[in-house]
Amino acid sequence: MNRRRNLSIWVGFLLVVASVVSYIPIFALFANTRDVPWVNYALFLVGGILLAIGLQRAFREPEHYRGKVSGSVLGALSLLLASFFVAAILYGGRQIPASENALHVGQPAPSFALVDTTGKLMSSSDLLEKHRALLLIFYRGYW
Amino acid sequence: MRSFQQRLGEFHDRGVEILAISVDSPEESRKLCQAKGYSFPFLSDQKAEVIRKYGVLHPGGGENGKDIARPAEFLVDTSGVIRWVNLTEDLRVRARPQMVLDAVSRF
Repeated sequence: MNRRRNLSIWVGFLLVVASVVSYIPIFALFANTRDVPWVNYALFLVGGILLAIGLQRAFREPEHYRGKVSGSVLGALSLLLASFFVAAILYGGRQIPASENALHVGQPAPSFALVDTTGKLMSSSDLLEKHRALLLIFYRGYW
Repeated sequence: MRSFQQRLGEFHDRGVEILAISVDSPEESRKLCQAKGYSFPFLSDQKAEVIRKYGVLHPGGGENGKDIARPAEFLVDTSGVIRWVNLTEDLRVRARPQMVLDAVSRF
């Protein structure tokens, strides 16, 4: 019996893996592909379609195509990876406290004096004398 | 942060200084700035005092339950009044430079 390799399954699986591993080093760098990770979702979609085609072939024409077992395993694995990714995006990013305690527009900004990376003390009132405005970016830090 | 660095010149042209604030030590921030090429000041608020005053504390949000800042951006005008605020509900979704430049142009 000379059955053909079921390439569609493998390409589909590779696309799903590529989608998961590419987000942080590539697509998260750009706001347009980070805020809504549409490139990654598109890769899941194409990968899923290819897996579905491959699985259909494997089960409908097992005499011509391989992949009943490998396709099932890779298909389940892909589903797991994609679900994990979507959960991390939709749920993981939102684990921050509500913003209702934050100061709002129109309130006086508390003055402060903090050290910079060279150990120099920088005071907000000094800075405000020299600038038209200050943009304060609070961030979580890298500990 | 990266996008603000890329457009830092536009902020400076408009008289706006950008300050990044976290609980990181000056040494940790120095390494970060070196690695990422950030050239605006990174300020160290290790006791989270300023972070608390601005109401953006994330209690126990850091490693080993350390208190850290939640992501937030405040634009303060020269009279010391907050003119624009961005408080994200998602760590991944941050202010974009254009939003701030637009807010500055409305001063």
